[in-house]
Amino acid sequence: MSGSAFDLRSFLHGLPGVDKVGVEARAAALGTRSVKTTAKAAAIDLAIRMVDLTTLEGADTPGKVRALSAKALRPDPADPTCPPVAAVCVYPAMVPVAAEVLAGSGVHLASVATAFPSGQAPLDVKLADTRDAVAGGADEIDMVISRGAFLSGRYDHVYDEIVAVKEACGQAHLKVILETGELGTYDNVRRASWLAMLAGADFIKTSTGKVPVAATLPVTLVMLEAVRDFRARTGRQVGVKPAGGIRTTKDAIKYLVLINETVGDDWLHPDWFRFGASSLLNDLLMQRTKLTTGHYAGPDYFTLD
Amino acid sequence: MFEYAPAPESRSVVDIAPSYGLFIDGEFVPPASSGGAFKTVNPATEEVLAEVSTAGPEDIDRAVAAARRASGPWSALPGAERAKYLFRIARIIQERSRELAVLESLDNGKPIRESRDVDLPLVAAHFFYYAGWADKLRYAGFGDNPRPLGVAAQVIPWNFPLLMLAWKIAPALATGNTVVLKPAETTPLSALFFADVCRQADLPPGVVNIVTGAGDAGRTLVEHPGVDKVAFTGSTEVGRQIARSVAGTRKRLTLELGGKAANIVFDDAPIDQAVEGIVNGIFFNQGHVCCAGSRLLVQESIAEELLESLKRRMATLRVGDPLDKNTDVGAINSAEQLERIRTLSDIGAEEGAERWSPPCTLPSQGFWFAPTIFTGVTQAHRIAREEIFGPVLSVLTFRTPDEAIEKANNTPYGLSAGIWSDKGSQILAVADKLRAGVVWANTFNKFDPTSPFGGYKESGYGREGGRHGLEAYLA
Repeated sequence: MSGSAFDLRSFLHGLPGVDKVGVEARAAALGTRSVKTTAKAAAIDLAIRMVDLTTLEGADTPGKVRALSAKALRPDPADPTCPPVAAVCVYPAMVPVAAEVLAGSGVHLASVATAFPSGQAPLDVKLADTRDAVAGGADEIDMVISRGAFLSGRYDHVYDEIVAVKEACGQAHLKVILETGELGTYDNVRRASWLAMLAGADFIKTSTGKVPVAATLPVTLVMLEAVRDFRARTGRQVGVKPAGGIRTTKDAIKYLVLINETVGDDWLHPDWFRFGASSLLNDLLMQRTKLTTGHYAGPDYFTLD
Repeated sequence: MFEYAPAPESRSVVDIAPSYGLFIDGEFVPPASSGGAFKTVNPATEEVLAEVSTAGPEDIDRAVAAARRASGPWSALPGAERAKYLFRIARIIQERSRELAVLESLDNGKPIRESRDVDLPLVAAHFFYYAGWADKLRYAGFGDNPRPLGVAAQVIPWNFPLLMLAWKIAPALATGNTVVLKPAETTPLSALFFADVCRQADLPPGVVNIVTGAGDAGRTLVEHPGVDKVAFTGSTEVGRQIARSVAGTRKRLTLELGGKAANIVFDDAPIDQAVEGIVNGIFFNQGHVCCAGSRLLVQESIAEELLESLKRRMATLRVGDPLDKNTDVGAINSAEQLERIRTLSDIGAEEGAERWSPPCTLPSQGFWFAPTIFTGVTQAHRIAREEIFGPVLSVLTFRTPDEAIEKANNTPYGLSAGIWSDKGSQILAVADKLRAGVVWANTFNKFDPTSPFGGYKESGYGREGGRHGLEAYLA
C-alpha cells in the first residue's frame, strides 16, 4: 500500500460497510453480559492496569500533575495489592514534572501532542510539539488527526501527517486519536482506523475528551474489528484506546467484554488496550474495596488526585 | 481468557405447582377422566417440573361450551371495555415478567437472556398493541361493522410458548372472540401461568380456556363442531391434517407452518453485521424458529472470508445452562426434537456436505446439540430442503442476484428471507422477487406486533400481527 491519494481512497472506500443498527445492537447485547464475583475481581484489576490516568486542563499545575502521578503509582495507598495504572497522560508542558515522579516505575508517561485537541496547526508546529514531549520524557504520544483533512477527503494528507509524527516519536509509541465524535459515521470510523494503522499507528484512540461525544461501545467495537482485521491482513497488532466518558466500573467491564468476544485474549492486556479516563479509577477502586471487604467505603476513603 | 463466573438467574422467583388441572370457565379443574396426566420436564436437566392433565373429549366439550357461553357477553362489550382487560393483562405480564421468563426458560430450554429480553417484552407489546385496536375495529378496513367469529380453537407450538399464545389470544380477544387454547405438550407451563394472569386481570370466566395434552387433544379441539375458527402454528405436516379436517366446515382457518428461509449475503454486505445476522438467524432460540435463516446463500466472491468470520464468531457462542444470564444457546426442547436434528445432520454428512462445529463442551444431562454449519451444500441436499428446526445452518453459494433469487425461491416453503447488502436499490429489487411472507433487510429475526407475519406456499396462510392480524378473527 502506497500513501498515494488514489490508492488510499480506493482502499478505504473498498472496506466493507458498517451497518449502524447492527453494530449498535451487537454492542448493546454484549453490554448485558453479567460479570460477577471472581470474574468481576479479575476484571477490575485488569481495568486498573489499563487506565491512562489523565489530566488535560488549562489549569493543570506541577503540583496537580505530581499528585496525579503519585496516585498512578499507588492508586490505593491502603492496599498494596492494588496494581498501578498503565500510564499518566498530560500536556507536553507537564511531561518533565510527571517524568520525575514516574521514573523507573514501569508506569508509562503519555503526552498529547500535535496541537491537541483540534489538530489545526501547521505540520512543523505539530512535529515540534511531539519532539518536545518525547525529549521531556514521554514514551507514548497521543496525536490527533486532522479531521478537517479527513472529512474533506484528503486521506493522503492525514496519512502523511501520521507518518511524519510517527517518525518524530522515535522510540515512543504513537496513539492516533480519531476523534470519532466528529467523524459522523461508523464507516468513517472504520476508514480512519485503517488509515491510521496503515500510516504506522501503534494504538488507535477514540477521542480527545474535548468534544461532546466521546468513546462509545459501538465505536470501540468497530475499532476492535479494524485492529483484528488489520492483524489478519498484515500480521501487525495495533492497540485500542477508548477515551472520554467512561466513568464507572460497569462501563469499563462492558469494554472488557467487548474485547473478550471480538478480538479475544491477545488484546486483554495493558499493552494493547487502554482506558483514557480520570474519574473511572476511583470507581474501580471503590468497587475493588467493596469486593474485598464486602461493603462500600465512602468517597472520602479514596484520594481525589 | 477472561472467564465469566456463573451468573445464574434464581429459579426460586417462580412457583411451579406439582400438578396442574385444566383452565376451563375461569377455574382450574381436574380432567373428566383421571389417569391422563403427563409430565413436563426441564430439557436442560431432564428434571420433571410438573404433572399436567391430558384433556379428553369431555374436557374439550366443556371448554368449548364455556367459551361459547362467554362469547355473547364478551363480544357485546364495547371495544374500549375489552381493551381495558387487554391492557391489564399486558401490565400484569410486564410486572410478572421475571417469573414468566424463568418459567419459560425452565420449560423450554431457551436462554434466560432471550426469554427476558425478547420473548417477554414482545408478549407484553402484543397485548398492548391489540388492546389499542379493540375500540377501533370499524376503522381497520374490514367494513364498518366487523363482527367476531365466535369461538376460536388455537393450537400453538413449543418454540415460543408464551409469545405464540400472545399472537393468538391478543387479536382474538380484541376482536371479541373467545378462545380455547392448547399449548404444546412439552411446554404447557407458561400458558397455565397465563391462566392465572387472566384471573388476576378479572377476565370474565370462559373468555380464555387453556386445555393441555398432546396431539390427540389438539385434534379433538380443532375438529370440535362448536368451534368457529381454527388457528394453528406448527409443522406443515400437522397443518395439512388440520386443513383436511376443517375442509367443508364453516370454520375459518389460519396456518403458520414451517420454513426454510434463505439468508442472502451479497458481496457488498456489511460483513461483521451480516455475520451477527447469520448467527442470530439460525442460532437464536437454538434454531427452533419457523422463520430461522437456515439456508445461508452467500455470494461466492466473499464466501471464504465470510465463512472464516462466521466460524470465529461461532467459537464465542456460549452453550449451556439456560438460566445463566451469559448463555447464548440453550437446550434442545425435547429428546424427540434432538433425535430429528441428529438424524438430518447425519444425512447431511452422508450426502457429502462438510460439517463443522466450534469446540464446545455440552452438559451430560439434558438435550443438547452444538451449533453446526454445513458447507458445500447444494440445492439437492436434504439439509437444504427440509426444515431441521435446530441450530444447523446449510451454506450455499451463488454468483449473481438472479441466481440468489432463484435459489431462495426454490423451496416448497416461503415464510421468511433475509438480504444483506449496503446497496438500497439492490435490497428493494431482490425483496420484491422473493416469495416469502417476511423479508428482512440487514437484520434477521426481528419481530414487532405492528408487523404482519405469515407465509407463502407450504408455510401456511393468513397473517398474524399488525392490522392484518385482525382479519383472521373478523367476519
